[in-house]
Amino acid sequence: MTLDIIAAEGESNPLLPATYDIVWSALCLIVVFVVVWKFVLPAFNKTLDERSERIQGGIEKAERIQAEADSALAEYQKQLADGRAEAARLRAEAQEEGAQIIAEMKQQATEEAERIAAQAKVQIEAERQAAMVSLRAEVGGLATDLASRIVGESLSDDGRAAGVVDRFIADLEASAPAQTSVASKEV
Amino acid sequence: MGILTAAPGTLLASASHDEGGFHAPSMAEFFPPAVLFEGTAFELNRVMLIRILAVVVLVVLLALWAKRMKLIPSRFQSSMEMVMEFVTVGIAENTMGKTNAKKYMPLIVTLFFLVLFTNITKLIPFLNMPGTGVIGLPLVLALVVYVTYHWAGVREKGVGGYLKSALILPGVPPVMHVLLIPIEFLTKFVIQPFTLTLRLFANMMVGHLLLVLCFSATSFLLFSADFALKPLGLVTIAGGFFVYLLEILICVLQAYIFALLACVYIDSAVAEEH
Repeated sequence: MTLDIIAAEGESNPLLPATYDIVWSALCLIVVFVVVWKFVLPAFNKTLDERSERIQGGIEKAERIQAEADSALAEYQKQLADGRAEAARLRAEAQEEGAQIIAEMKQQATEEAERIAAQAKVQIEAERQAAMVSLRAEVGGLATDLASRIVGESLSDDGRAAGVVDRFIADLEASAPAQTSVASKEV
Repeated sequence: MGILTAAPGTLLASASHDEGGFHAPSMAEFFPPAVLFEGTAFELNRVMLIRILAVVVLVVLLALWAKRMKLIPSRFQSSMEMVMEFVTVGIAENTMGKTNAKKYMPLIVTLFFLVLFTNITKLIPFLNMPGTGVIGLPLVLALVVYVTYHWAGVREKGVGGYLKSALILPGVPPVMHVLLIPIEFLTKFVIQPFTLTLRLFANMMVGHLLLVLCFSATSFLLFSADFALKPLGLVTIAGGFFVYLLEILICVLQAYIFALLACVYIDSAVAEEH
């Protein structure tokens, strides 16, 4: 069919270009080529470069900000952990100190109590000694009076009197130690 | 301009011009009478005017795009950038690599857009004629590619080096060269530009004839033929619609193939080894 059509119009062979055809084709090509070469491609490349530069810059900025945020977070977390550790340390210290204070107080109280008890013992002993001495003197006196009256013999000589009284008391203590201790307590 | 709109009829006129019979599409449509400068090298006829119109529209579109190009693109800029990237990356860089593609980018971009826009005129109502439907434009473009790839090869390797790499296939037994060198020579120096021209030209011309055939047949069957034949008109109009859709594809595809083959030829001329 196509062949028939081509054959039907024998005068102009479609495969042989007319001069004007070539001329206009070349002109069209040159015009488009110049526009593309001088205007379109430079503008296109420039825009693409600028855009990728901008995107690159944006990415870098975002990365920088992200890194800053990360380091700030790490810093904050570190501070928080430090604070926690500090608080725990203080608490432990306080507890320890408290325990130490309590122990010290106990110690002091114990010592104080012991001291008071010892003092009381000493005082009691002293008082007992005093009582013994005065009792001994009085009892000695009474007994001597009594004895001198009974014996009718004045034991005015002190040396002999003291020897008699001591002996008397020694006898007394030996015969009734229980009575003596009761007596000393009552004094 | 007035001529273009005043002469939409050439296509349909050929069909409905005389009511009596079927008027087959003819080659005369590709060689309409001259409008201006008849007989000179600048003779203008309808096809040439359509071609010039396509180029004007293309240049205006490209200029508007290039002038208003911004960092943050408008819709128009975005879609143009998409097409542009298809050509620069999808066709040129993928075939030749980045450094080579940069050198020949203006040519490749020009080829793609010029072929696309002059093809597409055959689908536009009242133009209905491909600017590439007469052989001049495909031939000129193919010759430019032909000269470019030989020149690129010579520039890259020197005359001897280029001829050696173009004609002598490496790794072939010496005897085979008797056969292969003439074949390579024919391919590179005769067949490649010839097929490049004919592929585009024939596709456009035949597609146009097919469209005209379908629609003039429809017109004849519906308005002039016997009543019994009228339903056939529905078949031909459906066929015409299908061919129209197919032609949209072919218009884009031929522009793509032309630019792609230009890249492939240039690349094989400058490439180190095959």
